[in-house]
Amino acid sequence: MRDGVVVKGVQFRNHRVVGEIVELAQRYRNEGADELVFYDITASPDGRSVDRAWVRRVAAVIDIPFCVAGGIRSIADAEDVLNKGADKISINTPALEDPDLITRLARRFGTQCVVLGVDSCEQDGDYHVYQYTGDPDKTSAAERLTTHWIQEALDRGAGEVVLNCMNQDGVRQGYDNEQLRTVRDVCAVPLIASGGAGAIEHFRDVFRFADVDGALAASVFHSAEIDIRDLKAYLGSEGIEVRPAGDQREQ
Amino acid sequence: MARSVAIIDSGGANIASLQFALERLGYGASLTNSPDVIRSADKVILPGVGAAADAMQRLRDGGLVDVIRDLRQPVLGICLGMQLLADASEEEDVDCLGIIPGVARRLQVAEGFPVPNMGWCPVTRTADTAVLEGIGDGSYFYFVHSYALPASEFTLATARHADAFSAVIGRGNFVAAQFHPERSSADGARLLRNFLELTP
Repeated sequence: MRDGVVVKGVQFRNHRVVGEIVELAQRYRNEGADELVFYDITASPDGRSVDRAWVRRVAAVIDIPFCVAGGIRSIADAEDVLNKGADKISINTPALEDPDLITRLARRFGTQCVVLGVDSCEQDGDYHVYQYTGDPDKTSAAERLTTHWIQEALDRGAGEVVLNCMNQDGVRQGYDNEQLRTVRDVCAVPLIASGGAGAIEHFRDVFRFADVDGALAASVFHSAEIDIRDLKAYLGSEGIEVRPAGDQREQ
Repeated sequence: MARSVAIIDSGGANIASLQFALERLGYGASLTNSPDVIRSADKVILPGVGAAADAMQRLRDGGLVDVIRDLRQPVLGICLGMQLLADASEEEDVDCLGIIPGVARRLQVAEGFPVPNMGWCPVTRTADTAVLEGIGDGSYFYFVHSYALPASEFTLATARHADAFSAVIGRGNFVAAQFHPERSSADGARLLRNFLELTP
């Protein structure tokens, strides 16, 4: 999600984009998605307050849990998003800059709504955390090992981890099951796999080999290459316990 | 047909998603701690997110403990609201409303069962109840909780974490769900609709 705050034309275009996002969210809800994550890539370099009216518009129509990621740098940001009807907030770079933010958010809102997003990449046999991944020019190693960072975040009260495996992202060759398995061993809270999904077998493999609690994907769903109903039927037939897509028409 | 729904303000709770869910079903709902509004509502919902002790303190401060106990119209507790209807909670050993017998216990941490229990879990019906009408046995609902009421004679449906617990419980005009119907897609909406259409 991007929220233009500079010129009217951009704002106008933004309204159209929000409409599409509500529509997309409804489509996924109807197909049986278990949860939605919205990445808010609204730029706020000068610290101006961000208009998050779209969160309310999503909350008004969506009756499955949803998480807002991006742009949450303070208790006030989190409160704004949660009061508008989001169930969880996900933090990534701001947590690296200020790890105590995790502690403060967990104390104020409970661990159940504090999700840690981690961008991680294998390098010389270890997994390393990357930061500022929203901006290709600024992306850099955070000089932390992925497993160490996740352990610290859990100690501080993160209630869920979304691990985005960067070497797999966008290439659609499957999730990074090896890395996810390594993180699974140190992660006692729900672990969500992200990055690499290109085929329904990839979802089966990540549940089977990395024992993750959830699998996140974007492009294969946006492009309608994979229908969530087909995916869930397939996973069920492969012996993986999923909430059946069922008939979600009531509402 | 009067369709007034009162949501009791037990504090700390983010109830935007609940209000939206009721609106989608065609019901307006007021968030209130006014005894008169609560007493005169056709249906009353006791939600709750946060700590049991804080919520009980707020109900006591608002003079709502006896108001809730004396309600005769259908009342629905959700999540912490369900635990508040019980005798007590292990969370800070707080006395609750004592409407449905039982004590909310902390979920056992076990391999593969982290606490809080967060996510979609299948719910098994154990008794007939109007609020689960039209909902298939084993349907999934969305849970977010660290405490739960053990199964008892008042249990209407169970779910499993490390141990089985009450997912839906009821006594007289009081019914409660440990999960969030407002976040449980079509089956959750059906449960809310069933509750809203109950006749006193």
